Amino acid sequence: MTDTFWVEIVSADRRVWEGEATQLTAMTTEGMIGILAHHIPLIATLAPGIAEVTASDGTRHLVAVDGGFVSVTLTRTAIISPYAQLAGDIDVEAARRQLRELAAKREAGDNSEATTMAYLSAQAQVKAVER
Amino acid sequence: MPANLRELRERNRSVQATQKITRAMELIAASRITKAQSAALSALPYTRELNRAVAAVASYSDVTHPLTTERTSPKRSAILVITSDRGLAGAYSTNVIKMAERLTQTLRDEGREVVTYLAGRKGISYYQFRNRPVVKTWSGFSDKPSYADSDQVADELISRFLTEDPDQAVSEIQVVYTRFESMLIQEPRVRRVLPLHVVRGDQSHEPMPLYTFEPDAATVLDALLPLYVRNRIHFYFMQAAASELASKQKAMKSATDNAQQLIENLTRQINQARQAQITQEITEIVGGASALTGNEE
Repeated sequence: MTDTFWVEIVSADRRVWEGEATQLTAMTTEGMIGILAHHIPLIATLAPGIAEVTASDGTRHLVAVDGGFVSVTLTRTAIISPYAQLAGDIDVEAARRQLRELAAKREAGDNSEATTMAYLSAQAQVKAVER
Repeated sequence: MPANLRELRERNRSVQATQKITRAMELIAASRITKAQSAALSALPYTRELNRAVAAVASYSDVTHPLTTERTSPKRSAILVITSDRGLAGAYSTNVIKMAERLTQTLRDEGREVVTYLAGRKGISYYQFRNRPVVKTWSGFSDKPSYADSDQVADELISRFLTEDPDQAVSEIQVVYTRFESMLIQEPRVRRVLPLHVVRGDQSHEPMPLYTFEPDAATVLDALLPLYVRNRIHFYFMQAAASELASKQKAMKSATDNAQQLIENLTRQINQARQAQITQEITEIVGGASALTGNEE
């Protein structure tokens, strides 16, 4: 039996998921990070992408993340991301549409940071559903 | 007085109809407050985690960041005034606007230039009517602000604060909003959102662990502070929304009570008029009858 740890995934307006987990993977700005129980305290910036948490009962939850942080303390691990969404809660059609619009914007030469971040966030949402 | 009686009855009916409307609005506002309060409650975990992270980073690194640096020049302040989109909320918007006017005056007395941002249609029409210059306005979400809504506002304010252009730059940003103390008390407040004042010192009960930062503390802080500011602004919007609904409920309750009193008075008048009419008719009949019998004899 592997050790478990308490995970909270919070978005700006609600708690997206919380529970005992055996593993959490997320995409930081430095690359993929995997967190198991007894990880050292850490605060890392997240890149837009997919976070995956394996609950203690073995179910896996995918969460689309638009940036933010992962914070690990001795008692709890939290993903703090303003627009985090569980794969099951994502409106795929809206996300795809947004992705197309933003892709077109990028094609047209808009390479601003805001557009890129929004593009990557939309991409993460679509990917989270498709996986 | 048959005409008068009819008039009174008509007025009574119209007051009753108004009362139905105000009562419905009171109930709607009441149910929305519950929603606003649960929205505020479900935003708490995010705020808590964010505050904890800021405290953690602040205790490890020197907090020197453009968003926290005090500036002495230029002598220009930006204010954001949060009002409601709709009326019928008592003095809610008026109180905020009054507060904003006072703040503007104080800032001007200090020799500062004031640039104004507005949220909510009531504030917008107040400033438009007086032909006051306004930089940017937002409306349509005053009673139910989502994070995405307040994020737009935060985007604008943060970029305004960080701008280098000397004609545009501001040295501080203040928000005028209404704090929700309780269902009975809502108070207009002024809060400075930028530059941030980071209070070091640990208020949390658990000791701060030895964090590792990735990539490093400065980068983490860089990403963290804008989120913190956005969250503050969202918080002010949620407070304002709860206050707006509470004011609306209060205003509609007193409107309903007033209508009730009007109805009671009108009913009394109607009864009096009807009684007077009956008395007059009896007098006329008796008078007529006695005139007839008098003639026969």
